[in-house]
Amino acid sequence: MSSQSGVGSRESAVKKATGGRLFLKTIIARAYPRVVGQQREKSWLFFDVFLPMLAVAAYVFVYRAIGAPEEYVGFVVVGGAMTAFWMNVLWGMSSQLYWEKESGNLALYIMAPNSMMAVLLGMAIGGMTATLLRAAAIILLGSLLFNVQYVVVSLPALLAVFLLAMTALYGMGMMTASLFLLLGREAWHFANLAQEPVYLVSGFYFPIKSFNFWAAAAASLIPMTLGLDAMRQLVFPSGFKLGFLDVQTEIIILVALCVAFLGGAKALLAYMEKLAIREGRLTESRR
Amino acid sequence: MNRSQSLRSFTMATWLGWQIESNWADPFLFAVYSIIKPLAGAAILVVMYGIITEGNFENPLFPYIYLGNAFYIYVGAVMAGVSWAVIDDREHYRTLKYIYVAPINFPAYLMGRGVARFLTGTFSVIITLAAGAWFLHMPLNLAEVDWPLFLLSLCIGIVMLAMMGLILASITLMVAHHFSLIGEAVAGALYLFSGAIFPLEVLPAWLRPVGYAMPITYWLELLRRSLVGDVAQAFPTLARFSNAELLGILLGLSLVFGLLAVVTYRWCDRLARERGLIDRTTNY
Repeated sequence: MSSQSGVGSRESAVKKATGGRLFLKTIIARAYPRVVGQQREKSWLFFDVFLPMLAVAAYVFVYRAIGAPEEYVGFVVVGGAMTAFWMNVLWGMSSQLYWEKESGNLALYIMAPNSMMAVLLGMAIGGMTATLLRAAAIILLGSLLFNVQYVVVSLPALLAVFLLAMTALYGMGMMTASLFLLLGREAWHFANLAQEPVYLVSGFYFPIKSFNFWAAAAASLIPMTLGLDAMRQLVFPSGFKLGFLDVQTEIIILVALCVAFLGGAKALLAYMEKLAIREGRLTESRR
Repeated sequence: MNRSQSLRSFTMATWLGWQIESNWADPFLFAVYSIIKPLAGAAILVVMYGIITEGNFENPLFPYIYLGNAFYIYVGAVMAGVSWAVIDDREHYRTLKYIYVAPINFPAYLMGRGVARFLTGTFSVIITLAAGAWFLHMPLNLAEVDWPLFLLSLCIGIVMLAMMGLILASITLMVAHHFSLIGEAVAGALYLFSGAIFPLEVLPAWLRPVGYAMPITYWLELLRRSLVGDVAQAFPTLARFSNAELLGILLGLSLVFGLLAVVTYRWCDRLARERGLIDRTTNY
């Protein structure tokens, strides 16, 4: 009897979070392991910087072999740094719920009295913060190794473009994460498949203006496409000549993409969660 | 059927590897998956080249880049195919300990697991070459190909890559799950140093010796020479070597890497057993 009352008093002593506070606490709780875990495992830090740097160096040497103007080297360095975000969205956002399912955590997420949207937001914020360090390291290393010169036209516009591109990109990641709720073993292959084609269509290593207008417009549905294009216009002297649209237009489109992807993520997550529960896919393990 | 233990291990692992690689999707989706990834990788280089040269695909540099990139698909496929099997069996399927206690030859098993990736890689290489010949007018004339040189170089190269994969697999026996990117890291580094997509002269002088020490450099050169002959010899990197000399170097370096693979495997296998690493699951 006394032990029961002890438990009861402890429970009453802990103020249960509800509503907005629970939502916020869930975001922080899910972001925390992302940030801490990624910094704690030093080998990930090494691979996350080293692998994109290898690709950056290879493409820089290709440009040098074919006699490209030096600004293309800068384009490759910036694009290479942004690959860290795309990789994080693919493997740390989209396919994350599949990994959680594999490790048995997904059912716990669903059972807990928190919003799945908050879980995804926490994953996004944590992943973005951790990846920012890697992207900065790639920019720094690439710029030093290949002597890249930057001329920032407008720092506020650059920050705005970066934040909007990241919000839309991670919003897209949250949306696709809900689709991955239904996937089994094929999730790994789909994520793997989405790497190179997106590097191609989003112009990670060349200006997207090289495509015809409609191809570039279609590619702009991936937020990184316009984000990269606008960032290059804002940090390289010749960026404006090679830009797809003017920066203001690209900012407006990025805002629209943010709204569309975050709204889409919320709606799709609710639908997919119901569907996955109904079809019994939350705890399946198809190895 | 009276087959040797090694051959039986190899063929069964080949069948198993193929099932794992392909049965997650229907054949059509699997074919699309196998085509899109390598074509996208090649298309990045084609667009980069096209922008700068304004579509001058007649320059000998283009087939140099394109063929090097196409055949480099084998490097990632075979090396990662062999080494990834350790992670896959130990961490994902958790069957490595059972495989160890079964009457099989484990290195032969690992090689067999790499065959599935070799097959899908071959499909990707063929598609990439065909796309280059049809759409980009790459000077690839099947009647003029030096087939004996091509097939001999290809075979030696695949065995050499499998040996490099065995070295990585041996190291993977010793490391945790999250080092699985080691295969990609090595393949990425070799992409840079082996002159796959640009002549070694473009590298800083102090980095070039790394490329000269890698058998992949000579293998890719031999494949280029056998397929497009004079075009490949237009670059000074290895122009002073005849085909026979290049074959000799490739064979010699392959033997060195083969020996290194055997020594590395025996050492890592012993340590992994001693430290109880065969059945561990790092799981993150």
